[in-house]
Amino acid sequence: MKISHRALLGATVSLTLAGAALAETTITVATVNNGDMVRMQGLMDDFYAKHPDIKVEWVTLEENVLRQNVTTDIATGGGQYDVITIGTYEVPIWGKQGWLTSLNDLPADYDVDDLLPAIRGGLTVDGNLFASPFYGESSMVMYRKDLMEAAGLTMPDAPTWADIEKAAAAMTNRDAEINGICLRGKAGWGENMAFLTAMSNSFGARWFDENWNAQFDQPEWKATLDFYLNLMNQYGPPGASNNGFNENLTLFQQGKCGMWIDATVAASFVTGKDSTVADQVGFALAPDNGLGKRGNWLWAWSLAIPSSSDAQDAAKTFINWATNKDYLALVASKEGWANVPPGTRTSLYSNPEYANIPFAKMTIDSINAADPNAPTVKPVPYVGVQFVAIPEFQGLGTTVGEIFSAALAGQKTSDEALAEAQAAVTEEMKAAGYIQ
Amino acid sequence: MARAQSPRRRLIATLAAWGVALTIFFPVLWMVLTSFKTEASAVAMPPELLSADWTLENYAEVWQRSDYPRFFWNSVVISIGSTLLGLAIAIPAAWSMAFVPGKRTKDLLMWMLSTKMMPAVAVLIPLYLVFQRIGLFDTKLGLILALMLMNLPIIIWMLYTYFKEIPAEILEAARMDGASLWSEIVYVLTPMALPGIASTMLLNIILAWNEAFWTITLTTTKAAPLSAFIASFSAPQGLFYAKLSAASAMAILPILILGWFSQKQLVRGLTFGAVK
Repeated sequence: MKISHRALLGATVSLTLAGAALAETTITVATVNNGDMVRMQGLMDDFYAKHPDIKVEWVTLEENVLRQNVTTDIATGGGQYDVITIGTYEVPIWGKQGWLTSLNDLPADYDVDDLLPAIRGGLTVDGNLFASPFYGESSMVMYRKDLMEAAGLTMPDAPTWADIEKAAAAMTNRDAEINGICLRGKAGWGENMAFLTAMSNSFGARWFDENWNAQFDQPEWKATLDFYLNLMNQYGPPGASNNGFNENLTLFQQGKCGMWIDATVAASFVTGKDSTVADQVGFALAPDNGLGKRGNWLWAWSLAIPSSSDAQDAAKTFINWATNKDYLALVASKEGWANVPPGTRTSLYSNPEYANIPFAKMTIDSINAADPNAPTVKPVPYVGVQFVAIPEFQGLGTTVGEIFSAALAGQKTSDEALAEAQAAVTEEMKAAGYIQ
Repeated sequence: MARAQSPRRRLIATLAAWGVALTIFFPVLWMVLTSFKTEASAVAMPPELLSADWTLENYAEVWQRSDYPRFFWNSVVISIGSTLLGLAIAIPAAWSMAFVPGKRTKDLLMWMLSTKMMPAVAVLIPLYLVFQRIGLFDTKLGLILALMLMNLPIIIWMLYTYFKEIPAEILEAARMDGASLWSEIVYVLTPMALPGIASTMLLNIILAWNEAFWTITLTTTKAAPLSAFIASFSAPQGLFYAKLSAASAMAILPILILGWFSQKQLVRGLTFGAVK
């Protein structure tokens, strides 16, 4: 029988293609719905061009649902997700539990030394990098330059809380529905307690002493809560106990806030197309009280690999692509430097093109001002600036957040709220075995 | 004898009915209106209506960002599948409880209903593990089974109530005429209880369509229905209400249309046996 060369060639090509198709690895990436993540999904053609053997399937969920689903999956060793979007709070806890794969062996072009030290430190446990930061953020003051000017005031680059109070008083105009300051009041460990815990650091307060005793009965917490309640009651918006990030963003964009202290990621929103005050926004570092610590937090949404994933190599390839310096350049080339995921790499902030972004310097200064390993003035036994990286904190933070939110709503006094918080946290820490 | 209504009384009753109907429908109406606004307009305070910026962009973006047909098809298969399977189990169960009750039938019915009072999260981990171990995680079959089990008490209870309205003598007569148990249920009982079965079916399709806890928890990419589609448009940071409203409108539209066309059947079934 005679077989032509062409037929042989065709068969070989077909077999090769079939083999390639069979070798394709599918990875499932669980993520939150935010602008940077959505943008990445739109840039997947670049990934597929470089890695045609890997197919990526996305699961996008609301933050709390994602946290619940991923926690359930990891705790049961399910292996449903190959790459997960994870916050700075979970990384140290899950890393210690052995639930995450170390990323120390990412290729050299990943350039781990280029990661911002504060962010890298928060994602590293016992020398292992357990998550690669996709975007990082701190918090800072966003203020209305026109209102400050009208009040005859100038916002320092590094204000104190006294400066903030003075500015809030000067800018408040109830008749014009302008509130001097907008801050988080909605209860939740990631809502009002993120702000209040970071703020308390600048007042020298801490959640626990070195022996895990609750510290809400100490004068530093009293000073923090009294200042916050007074500031919000006098110069804050009505119904502030229901306001979280999005509610305050809306108020600020509509010109109803003189100042807003919140995530640095908000800078692109308040200067964006939906903002009525886009050209009047100034930025300053989060305030301090002269104690050496500022009231800013540190957070990063990062990509990690559950140890239960059976596609570890493909997952690492994806993470290297999504969090590499080249990815930042890819976003810049397609969508401009203002849309590059911020707060992860030193090289981004030494890039002269990125330096032109109005909020770039303040973002990096804010991130550098936070230290998750020494968050407050006195020593603490925990890691985390606006949270305490222990598994019990989600519950504790939300309980205390509800108590403080009720105080803001006028349902209890500052003293009552602090006494209640002290009792609740002490009881929980006893039950968890931290203290006798 | 029915009492004649004065025009004034009728007007008040009509206005009250419209008031209640609008109050119930208002959230849906507001959601649909919001879906056509820009994000800035969607959160404007005071709320904008005539002065709002109207746009179709939200629908375009939602369509572009998600594989809507896949989510839709999963919802159709899961809700209809779980309902049909539930009916197949519930009709014989309700028949036996209604026509050949035992000493403990009432207790059994109460126990079944009590399972609905248990928070779903209480069985999350066991069910999650079982589904993973037997390969039902992120499969349509798995969700059909889960939702069927979840709604089975309601299906049995509804059918039991309808069956109780049917005189047992009719079934006895069929039996005396030589009908087998199968013939009795299929040719005598089912046609008589058809309005009740239809309304039970419709209500359970709606319940399964709207279920959001298990459908989001037990799926990732392959079997995720429209509840997961909606959940993907909620954002922790940044404005999302208009896009979320557009996604929600796209998710409820099919079930709204089904409800609209079957409302006569639904009301007939729900009021079946209400007036003697």
